[in-house]
Amino acid sequence: MMTTYIELFFAFLKIGAFSFGGGYAAMPLIQAQVIDRYGWLSTRDFTDLVTISQMTPGPIAVNAASFVGNLVGGIPGAVFATLGVILPSCIFVTVLAYLYNKYRNLTLMQGILGFLRPTVVSLIFVAGLNILLPAIFTGGTYALTPSNIDIRIVIYFIAALIALRKFKVGPIKVMVACGAAELIVQIVLKFAI
Amino acid sequence: MEKQTRAAEPLSEKKSVVLKKLFFATLYLSAFTFGGGYVIVTLLKQKFVDELHWIDEEEMLDLVAIAQSSPGAIAVNGAIVVGYKLAGIAGVIVSVIGAILPPFIILTVISFFYDAFKSNFVVQAMLKGMNAGVAAVIISVVFDMGAGVVRSRDALLIAVMIVSFVLNYFLKVNVVWIILMTAALGAVITILRERKGKSAGSGADKERK
Repeated sequence: MMTTYIELFFAFLKIGAFSFGGGYAAMPLIQAQVIDRYGWLSTRDFTDLVTISQMTPGPIAVNAASFVGNLVGGIPGAVFATLGVILPSCIFVTVLAYLYNKYRNLTLMQGILGFLRPTVVSLIFVAGLNILLPAIFTGGTYALTPSNIDIRIVIYFIAALIALRKFKVGPIKVMVACGAAELIVQIVLKFAI
Repeated sequence: MEKQTRAAEPLSEKKSVVLKKLFFATLYLSAFTFGGGYVIVTLLKQKFVDELHWIDEEEMLDLVAIAQSSPGAIAVNGAIVVGYKLAGIAGVIVSVIGAILPPFIILTVISFFYDAFKSNFVVQAMLKGMNAGVAAVIISVVFDMGAGVVRSRDALLIAVMIVSFVLNYFLKVNVVWIILMTAALGAVITILRERKGKSAGSGADKERK
């Protein structure tokens, strides 16, 4: 069990140390560690986690640490994972605050961040594709055959995108609407037909 | 570099009072704020600058810049800088605990019920639809961020964006390596541009645009 705790700690330490830019920047790193490296979550579970994170307060990295830690190692697992994810922040922020007080200069750090932004965009895009594509293509391949494509997911996705971009509807409302739509469809399919 | 206008230092208050206020402020903000780290940072500013006057406005901007420049969640980093500023290491510990306690408790409860939850017909259907919605939210955010990069008209940044995508999506290069490589490139180019700027005067400003 102790090895599990240590693995959780270091996996989330990496997530905390390399997610620059806040918000979704942690997502590709969580995917890399939690799905690809350790197999603690399936893609489906991970997508659920991202969805739950949107609906609850708190940063996605901290949410992921509590969720994955609990599933893998109970409460102690969650504590180890959460400590791992916040430790780099504590160290980095304190050191940076110290250096800033001394030199009054963040140019280098902000220059580096400026370069990281386009990379982070791409990494988040890939993480988004890793959520979207498995949801659309149900057969595990990207074959464009009707039986392999979940047409309802495609419709929800496009409708959600239009609602978000054209009508500026809030993300939580959009997501709840998608969930309600699928629930209604499934109830109709189950009981009416 | 003395600050002209000093904010009312929390030193006039007892340290235990400061710590208590820090804890409850970060706890409260963390529990009731939806919409990501930037919202929390704004609310921290409201609380500690506008309401309590423990930090002056200008210094808060610097603290926010530090929080945004560091890796990790912005909300946690924001709590750390404010905690450190007001009460040192004890402040960091107290405000971090305040910030992570709400998500820790909520997600722990959800994870306990997740298996039962997942097999429930209603929850399963809701989650399935919502997952399509969350993908749209992410792609929409990527679109906004990507448009910002393209609008910069900086060929180097656009190249970095394309190359990172190819490396990660097609060549499956590890995310950490891509970040480290980009950070190293950014460090070298920032230093070069700074040097050039110092010798050529206004050159750096032009380039930065």
